[in-house]
This record gives sequence, structure tokens and C-alpha cells, in this order.
Amino acid sequence: MRIAQRSALPGFAPSFAVTLVWLSLIVLIPLAALALRPWELGVLGVWRSVTEPRVVAALRLSFGTAALAAAINVPIGLLIAWVMVRYRFYGRNLADSLIDMPLALPTAVAGISLTALFAPKGWIGALLVPLGIKVAYTPLGILVALIFVGLPFVVRTLEPIIMDLPLEAEEVAATLGARRAQIVARIVLPALLPALLAGFGAALARGVGEYGSVIFIAGNMPMISEIAPLLIVIRLEQLDYAGAAALGLVMLLASFVILLLLNLLQRRMIVHA
Amino acid sequence: MNRRATQESPAARVALVTLTILLLLILLLLPLVVVFSEALMRGFGAMVDSLAETDSIAAIRLTMIVAAVTVPLNAVCGVAAAWCIGRFRFPGRGLLVTLIELPFSVSPVISGLVWVLLFGANGWLGPILNRAGMHIIFAVPGLILATTFVTFPFVARTLIPLMEHQGAAEEEAALTLGASGWQTFWRVTLPNIRWGLLYGVLLCNARAMGEFGAVAVVSGHIRGQTMTMPLQVEALFNDYDWVGAFTIAGLLSLLALATLAVKASLEWRIGQRSEALL
Repeated sequence: MRIAQRSALPGFAPSFAVTLVWLSLIVLIPLAALALRPWELGVLGVWRSVTEPRVVAALRLSFGTAALAAAINVPIGLLIAWVMVRYRFYGRNLADSLIDMPLALPTAVAGISLTALFAPKGWIGALLVPLGIKVAYTPLGILVALIFVGLPFVVRTLEPIIMDLPLEAEEVAATLGARRAQIVARIVLPALLPALLAGFGAALARGVGEYGSVIFIAGNMPMISEIAPLLIVIRLEQLDYAGAAALGLVMLLASFVILLLLNLLQRRMIVHA
Repeated sequence: MNRRATQESPAARVALVTLTILLLLILLLLPLVVVFSEALMRGFGAMVDSLAETDSIAAIRLTMIVAAVTVPLNAVCGVAAAWCIGRFRFPGRGLLVTLIELPFSVSPVISGLVWVLLFGANGWLGPILNRAGMHIIFAVPGLILATTFVTFPFVARTLIPLMEHQGAAEEEAALTLGASGWQTFWRVTLPNIRWGLLYGVLLCNARAMGEFGAVAVVSGHIRGQTMTMPLQVEALFNDYDWVGAFTIAGLLSLLALATLAVKASLEWRIGQRSEALL
């Protein structure tokens, strides 16, 4: 019996079995626990547990700040991706490696480093004190951390798309007398819109669940600067497993719904383009 | 027209490049510089002293142990997954790829939470195992499980596109010439994918050693026993031992820098960037 079509290659059954067993043990069974445990509270109990004011405030903060950080990363990421693809300059290879820094740097390291940087006595924090801006230990600090960790997602999503942009379209527009600004606004940006949306989604998804880089700089004040993942940790410390699982499940489902909507929007754009 | 229509004016180009470099330096390089500057705040001697603390040494050793167990397991299973997905067509193949990538879209805290739900004091299996004298949560096995979950997709996700791109022609030729399945794998497949495999292992290892959220949930923060390096960074930072915290953070930063350097040279070798983001 052969389930797999094509190819006279051997080894489908054993490799498939290893993959399935490993996937089940490490990913599927644990996630099943997340899906099932909240209901110990009953449907009403789950609803109460995820609509507590402190939980709602934390969810709003996590999703709101992640969306804002992702939105800020879109123009910054576009600029960096554009320059990296279209220009050759001294130190470009180094710059290319630097873009991945937030992905390679452990989040706890990023967290304490950003805190040191933006604390009132830190290199950047000290500059902001006279302006009356407090970043560390406020929601603004969360935003800074999420901009840091989200940037590579926007840049790396955009780069291959910019690389594949047909130069002919820009050349044709120029022959027809369009100015460079017009070409960018009318031809380049519309073509990049789906990719910009995808980059926004990737950065948002990362930001919503982010923990390590945020908790040091956030100040973690309930109702004000307490992110949803931290609330999960607090509930676990109180041995409220079902409550922690309920919050985790809501976060995961909300992220998936948002990504799904962005995906649909992206497809519509590509169809209409 | 004296310049190409696909370029900005020279002045705009200089401005864009300058702005990009400034942004990269301030947003991405400055946090790294701060780590080393804070670690060296009280001089080189203070930094070395803080590294010699027994808890710091225990944290470094535990991080190595966790990575040494996690990375090979995920590498072997990643190769198996890449073999069945990259070389065969079967129903549910797309779903399998999605499930393998699932851990990438799960918050680190949730990646730790799921193990507590299974093995914690109030978990499904926790009480039974505890009675048998087996402790998983607040112990090393929990750290390993949480880290394995988080780093699960790296190797498979790097190898699947690579193997699809290479195609099966060479393997089919080897088989036609009479090689056995294992011979074909060891002599043809593995040499072909070795740089990609190394790439996946590199990213997997970096994440395994640097993971914070998932292990923070399952660790229990027992000093000298269940603290990996990132957790030790947190503990020292919260104790206001900045030199100590930033010294271990500095070690982790060196690991990150080494990872990026090797990654760049591997990308040059395989001629493409992997889709697997850390």
C-alpha cells in the first residue's frame, strides 16, 4: 500500500511516523491541554475570567501597543528594505546582518538593555527627561520594546517583494513623463501594499505575545502597563491554571483571527491589483 | 534624461541611505553597545568576578545542557519531517507544514504554560508523576520540554524549501544504480543539505540558549538549579546587580553576534536566505 504518490524513494512511512509522533508529543498534546483546560470553569466561568477589568485592560494594552508598534514599523521597515534592495553602499553587508539583531538577541537581553537605555539616567532617557517624556516603566516603554523586536519582520517581508518589482513599469511611467515622486506614489507603493500589510501582520503577531523584551521596561502596573502574557504568569503563580489557560486561549484565537482577516484583505488586494 | 528612471535623485539617495544607517545604528546597534558598556561599568575585573559566581556558572552549564538535549532531538526530527514533506506528495501535507510551523505563532509564555497545564501541581499528569517522585515543572525536564516546543520548527522549516528546490533526481539516480535507501540518504541527501541543516541547527541553538518567556514559566526560579542564562539575567537585574546581569547578557550577546556572522556566511553558501526567522 502506498499513501504517498510519486517517486520511487523509500522511507516515507518511517519519516512520516517520526514526524507525527514528535509533533504530537511536543506540540499537539500540549496545545490540546490549552484548548481543553479553560472549560473546567464552565462557559460562564471562562467568560467571567477573560472579561475581568484587569484582563480586558491587559488585552487592550497588548493588542493596541502591538498594532501601534507594527504601524510605526511599516514606514521605517519600508525605508530600510528599499535602501537595502535598491542601493549599494559601504557597510551594506554589515547593515544586512544588523537587521536580524532583534531576532538573534535573546529577549531578556533586549529587555534590560532597552531599560538601561531609556531609564531616566540612561543614554536616551536622560535626553528625554528635559522634554518631560518618560519612556521606561510606562506604556511608552512597551511601545519602544515592540518596535525593536518587530522591525525585522517588516523588513524581511518587504525585501523579496521589492526585489521582484518589475523595473519596466517604473521606466514606462518615466518615459511617459511621470516624476519620481509620482512613480513612487502611483506605481511602487500600490504594488507593495499587500507586502506592507503582511509585514504589519507579522510584526503585530510577534508583538502581541512578546514577553521578555517588554516586562523589564514596562513597569508592570495593573490596569496601566501590565501586558496579557504577564497576567498569564501571575495566574499560574496563583495556581489558577484554568484562568491562565483561558487567557492564553483568548490571546491565541484573537491573534489567529486578526492574521486571518489581514490575509483575506491581502488576497483581495492582489486580486484587484 | 540623464539618470535612470528607476532611481531617486542623487540628493534623495544620499538622504535615504544616511537615514537608514542612522535608524539601524540607533534602533538596533545602540542596545547592543549598552550591554557591553554596562557590563564594563565597574571595570573588567568586576565583570570577571561576577562570572565566577557559582550561580552564574550553574546557569551557563544548565543552558548548555538544555541546548545539548533540545537541538539534536529537533534536528533529527526536522530532517525526518523534511524528508517526508520535501520528497513525497500525500493528503494533509499542507496541514502538516502548518502544524510544524505552529510554535512560531505561539507566545513564549503560552509555550511554557502548556507544559504547566500538563505537568504542573494542578496539571493533568503532574500529581501522578509527583507521587512517583518525578518532577517536570520547576525542574530541568520542564526547561527542556518548553525549549523543544519553542525551537521545534527551525530545522524542518529551513530544510523543506531547500529539498523541494533541489528535487529528487540525484536520489533517484542513486537508487537506480543500486544504492539502498540509507546509502542514498547518507551519501546523496545529507551532503546536499548539509549547509541548510547547519543553518537550521544554528538558528535552533541560538533560540534554545536565548529563550526566556517559555522557560520563565516552567523554571520556578530555583537559583543554581533551574536558572538558565536568560533567567539568571532577570534575577540579577531584579537584585540591582547590573554588572552581573549585563555580564551574562554580554555573553548572550556574543552568542547572538556569532550566530549572525555564521548565518551570513551560510546564506552566502546556500545562496538564499531561509524563510525561518528566529
